[in-house]
Amino acid sequence: MYAYDELDRTLINERVSEFRDQVKRRLSGELTEDEFKMLRLQNGVYLQLHAYMFRVAIPYGTLSSKQLRGLAHVARRYDRGYGHFTTRQNIQYNWIKLAELPDALADLAKVGIHSMQTSGNNTRNVTSDQWAGVAPGEVEDPRIWSELLRQYTTLHPEFSFLPRKFKFAITASAHDRAAIKVHDIGLRLHKNAEGETGFEVLVGGGLGRTPFIAKTIKSFVPGRDLLSYVEAILRVYNQYGRRDNIYKARMKILVHELGIEKFAKEVEDEWLQMRDSALTLDDAVVEEIRSRFTYPVYEKLPHMPDELKKAAHDPHFEAWRKNSVALHKVPGYAIVTLSLKPVGGPPGDASAEQMDAIADLADKYSFGEIRVGHEQNLALPHVARRDLPALWRALDRIGVATPNVNLVSDIIACPGLDYCSLANARSIPIAQELTRRFANHDTANLIGRLHINISGCINACGHHHVGHIGILGVEKNGEEFYQITIGGRADENAVVGTLIGPAVPYGEVADVIEDIVEAYLALRERPDELFIDAVKRLGVEPFRERVYATR
Amino acid sequence: MTSPLEQKKIKITGPSMVTANRTWDGIVIYRTSRQGWSADLSDAAIVRTSDEARALLTEAEADDVGAVGAYIAPVAVKDTGAIEPGNLREHIRSEGVTIGLSVPA
Amino acid sequence: MPLVKSGKITGDAFVHIADDDPLPDDGAILISAARFLGDPEGLSRRVGRTGVIWPNNRDVDDLVPYLDRLAVVALVFPTFRDGRAYSQARLLRERYGFRGELRATGQILRDQFVFMLRAGFDAFEVKKESDAEAFTNTARRYSVFYQPTGDGRLTALHRRMQLRHSESASQ
Repeated sequence: MYAYDELDRTLINERVSEFRDQVKRRLSGELTEDEFKMLRLQNGVYLQLHAYMFRVAIPYGTLSSKQLRGLAHVARRYDRGYGHFTTRQNIQYNWIKLAELPDALADLAKVGIHSMQTSGNNTRNVTSDQWAGVAPGEVEDPRIWSELLRQYTTLHPEFSFLPRKFKFAITASAHDRAAIKVHDIGLRLHKNAEGETGFEVLVGGGLGRTPFIAKTIKSFVPGRDLLSYVEAILRVYNQYGRRDNIYKARMKILVHELGIEKFAKEVEDEWLQMRDSALTLDDAVVEEIRSRFTYPVYEKLPHMPDELKKAAHDPHFEAWRKNSVALHKVPGYAIVTLSLKPVGGPPGDASAEQMDAIADLADKYSFGEIRVGHEQNLALPHVARRDLPALWRALDRIGVATPNVNLVSDIIACPGLDYCSLANARSIPIAQELTRRFANHDTANLIGRLHINISGCINACGHHHVGHIGILGVEKNGEEFYQITIGGRADENAVVGTLIGPAVPYGEVADVIEDIVEAYLALRERPDELFIDAVKRLGVEPFRERVYATR
Repeated sequence: MTSPLEQKKIKITGPSMVTANRTWDGIVIYRTSRQGWSADLSDAAIVRTSDEARALLTEAEADDVGAVGAYIAPVAVKDTGAIEPGNLREHIRSEGVTIGLSVPA
Repeated sequence: MPLVKSGKITGDAFVHIADDDPLPDDGAILISAARFLGDPEGLSRRVGRTGVIWPNNRDVDDLVPYLDRLAVVALVFPTFRDGRAYSQARLLRERYGFRGELRATGQILRDQFVFMLRAGFDAFEVKKESDAEAFTNTARRYSVFYQPTGDGRLTALHRRMQLRHSESASQ
């Protein structure tokens, strides 16, 4: 985990003072809303349906237990006792008062948490694999580079007023858990034939109104050139990205309109003029950042300790273990996913009490560290396998041990019309109903891995385009309707889903999803042919037929 | 409901009101007929023509310090004279989220 | 609109001449890019200081050959949200070595001062009197900077390494 030092903390505190002054000027009328809006967005403050929404950054999804308690404190003291974890590894509070925000930020600053650039037309949270640093087979911990990028992009004087928002993601594993192909810049950390560490750089990915899968702009950028190369990309985008039309302003549009070859040339021409600059990362600088990351001192532990053997007779424990526990790169340890998708609950929410309890469990069982995934679940990354039974009982008591990770009821959803002023339709009640329909764990296991993503509007914060099943809320004559897509993927084989037919009304969505699942179960070649693979093999037609036969 | 934040032309199709959020704490407020705001929908001034709506909105927008994001929204007026939200979005803003808020702890 | 230079509100030595008005024989003037490019050789060698207002949607390349003869380059922020002039400023200062006055014009709030100073601006046509008066204090809002620009400030990364070296050196 990265330890903030005095310099990092000073910057956060200076930012809090600045925002306090900006809020004061807004409330006194010295700043109009038009002037203030851009400033509040740069601190993650949105105006939503009922209230302000406050988005707090969790850099590359890593939290200390102290920080998680800090988030719980804000939920309790300044909000309504809960928070929502997002598809970009951040947390959102829905009921914050503007006048109290500077104090909330000051409280967060005490534990090294900030909200800089979680909104606005600037560079957002650099997201990563929530298993970074502990996944077997990982090239090296991508969070070192995420932190280098975070510092480089924070309050960058040249790139704080881009044409539109800009998102980075970075992975260091063959299986991409960070969805790099749907980001403005996606980075795949790997080593070249000479054993040098570097990045495949992909550009122009993004969802929203016009989804695009990112294209490779350069297959290998050595680590030392990462920041200068990123600066070249940002400078080309800052200067040539469209500013006349908000819907055509993302970098994916520029890449698409120029074509990847021409875009790559613009970037290369710019980069050649600035490559050997102060941005070059020499080994000493990288080591400096690496040295500020602390790692647990792992014990030598057995893979099959007695505690696990004894607990194996408990079917509930086994169901959870088989679902929520993943292999760790260190023998005798495990990565535990905490499902924030209880049956009937809003996906991705956690109460202040749950956050405090999870922080305590992290101290006891995970060296004080928690991770946030873009699937809106949490993880404890350093759990000794002998502690799994005790941990499970504790997690179950606080309601975060539903054994549905990666299954049909592990739904990713945006807040939707219940909260968001951009939404056309609600998403959370749809998710809730689906978890009830598929509450039976045996059924869910029979179905296997199946990602459902729900977005309440075309802005696609629920990432519906890349869901195995995607649900998009639209409005027809004042009523909520939903378009259904299937076949999307967010990983290294990223692809946008295909529409199966006309939009269906709110009351029928759960039935439609059941029909799709039934079609899959009937048509799959073998029990272990995943839904997403069956769709690839069969195409959309058999599912369309089944769903629309009686509609 | 298509975001009214994208409203450009002002054209109403039935009785309407002007609503916004209070600047300092973000709560939902409704423009009254007394050049003020109320958190209670029953205090909202009702307009029935596009001209009236435009005038009320302009007056509401002038209060940039007190209110944020003012826009025109439909209401339903009952036989009793009671004012109710005119669409799902306004229903949610006035009544709250449609999901159970409790997260099992 | 107050002009801030060297941290103080000052009078503007430069007169903005509209495109169809005649140019004075000498004196400090600011003219549009279009007018300047009509006769760049002649205009850049005229008696008196010359400044050019460069639009934010045009590469600064065409201005580069004349930079060492220009007293002022004024860049434009048509709205607070439009950040193209930050890139233009850095290129002019860091790549092309412009040493004259680099002026920020258009919509400027105090909340942009630090960014602008770091990008190389040293003169500001500020929208509000109160922001102009607050310039010096606002410029001191931040003491830690993560990324290098041409302003010569040490980045946090390098400050840390310096601290570490001085610690070990004193042992």
